[in-house]
Amino acid sequence: MLARIKRFLGMEAKPKEDEKVPVEKKVPTEEKKVASEEEVEKVAEEKPKPRIGYIHLSGCTGDVMSLSENYDILAPLLTEMVDIVYGQTLVDRWDIPEMDIALIEGSVCLQDEHSLHELKEVREKAGLVVAFGSCAATGCFTRYSRGGQQAQPAHESFVPVADVVKVDLAIPGCPPSPEIIAKTVVAVINGDMDYLQPMMDLVGYTEACGCDLQLKVVNQALCIACGTCAMSCPTRAVSMTAGRPEVNSDRCVKCGVCYIQCPRSWWPMERIKKDTGL
Amino acid sequence: MVLGTYKEALSARSTDKQIQKIAQDGGIVSALLSFALDEKIIDGAVVAGPGKDMWKPEPQVALTSDELLAAAGTKYTFSPNVWMLKKAVRQYGLEKVGTVAIPCQTMGIRKMQSYPFGVRFVADKIALLLGIYCMENFPFASLQTFISEKMGVSPELVEKMDIGKGKFWIYTADDELSIPLKETHGYEQSGCKVCLDYVAELADLSTGSVGSPDGWSTVLTRTDAGESVFKLAVDAGLIETKPMADVKPGLGLLEKLAKDKKTKNQKTIDERIAMGLPVPYKASTEKEDPLANF
Repeated sequence: MLARIKRFLGMEAKPKEDEKVPVEKKVPTEEKKVASEEEVEKVAEEKPKPRIGYIHLSGCTGDVMSLSENYDILAPLLTEMVDIVYGQTLVDRWDIPEMDIALIEGSVCLQDEHSLHELKEVREKAGLVVAFGSCAATGCFTRYSRGGQQAQPAHESFVPVADVVKVDLAIPGCPPSPEIIAKTVVAVINGDMDYLQPMMDLVGYTEACGCDLQLKVVNQALCIACGTCAMSCPTRAVSMTAGRPEVNSDRCVKCGVCYIQCPRSWWPMERIKKDTGL
Repeated sequence: MVLGTYKEALSARSTDKQIQKIAQDGGIVSALLSFALDEKIIDGAVVAGPGKDMWKPEPQVALTSDELLAAAGTKYTFSPNVWMLKKAVRQYGLEKVGTVAIPCQTMGIRKMQSYPFGVRFVADKIALLLGIYCMENFPFASLQTFISEKMGVSPELVEKMDIGKGKFWIYTADDELSIPLKETHGYEQSGCKVCLDYVAELADLSTGSVGSPDGWSTVLTRTDAGESVFKLAVDAGLIETKPMADVKPGLGLLEKLAKDKKTKNQKTIDERIAMGLPVPYKASTEKEDPLANF
């Protein structure tokens, strides 16, 4: 089954090289939280069928819908490879159980006690906490929240979950693509630390913005006019003018994907070599 | 391995007289994309099509051979082709997309395939990725400087541009002019100075002029997809080949230029790291092979 899923994902691994070359981790960030490699390894070793929970904070359900768009592999993924033990929209259960992986969708509202409580409880009960989607990872468009609306005018402050609890992996994207979700789950099951390394590094990338293209790529003499950023923007806020990204900040939702997808932000050559056989 | 992993190196050119006439070198990209389109290996291709200004390309989704051929010839400035891939899949509804890319663009595409964070259902639709060799690229205003200022020619009159034999060349209907490459220094895109890939090491197939005689291209087949489309096109008589050993200047020159680029740019990377500037690659002291692309 794993082989079939890997084939579907184009992850058909070439024979693994013995030496483990760590993937580049050059996502510049001021507050890099230490990701817990051991935790991932433990999940992979101890739980061949990990228990997964889905926690819905201030998100739009788009991330879990993206998960479900893995049509061809969804049924075997859900029934044979993982146990979904918790999650509104997925499971009829009200108390939070112990779980190996918690996928947290949405940012957290600091004025909403229930959300804070749920998040902290999940952190205690989950082996791995995953910031699932850009709202959880970077705040995304909830960064623009400022309160003053009925029925909770005081609900104004929304932050990425890593601001409140320790997060182990981040899968940004608005939404993350179905493929990256499936690839991440498969990598966790396999304990493929090389593949997961960027997701661990991205935990520290919580203050994302389209303007990062200018600050961290163009200003740093790294832009090469490839257009990958403009392609990856979900709101078409990025266009290319004279070979440089031009960000319409009125359209940018601060998901971070343009900078994450830029080949000049971090460069996973070892993984690409494995994937392409080159 | 300054040329990356490849299966076979050959000197080749399109047998199509029309392609020969308009192509930069051997017309390999035009011939292969047209062939792949005819054979339904791809159902469209993202290419550097003509833009509003002469010699300022615009990425375009080509659905016919005519549109493909309109994109033939090198333009020494930016064409953000990767930008159009999503459009090719979404607006044009293509299932099998072909594209032509310089090394950094192949890097953007391959990274997106391995880590498609936000790019939904595009990675698996890239059916054919043809890479072209690239030493460096220029902002459009730099090109204008070379042509209009240094050579005193209006860009509209230029029929072809080329970099070779240490010079930047332009060809008009009745003239050929050049400036030494030394005069182009300082006008390059600075992002090119940390690039460790000369021959599009991650493409399905790479091609470029260096190593082969005028009118021919040096082809490196890399993946199964690249090798198979190339063989089919050769079998169909659309591409003729010669062993690299039989042509001059041959693979040695290609290897030398690749090594020069990597050596020079690795030095820039080392300097940047010493200054504390970000760069997504390793310092030479951290690498077993300082010329490897990471």
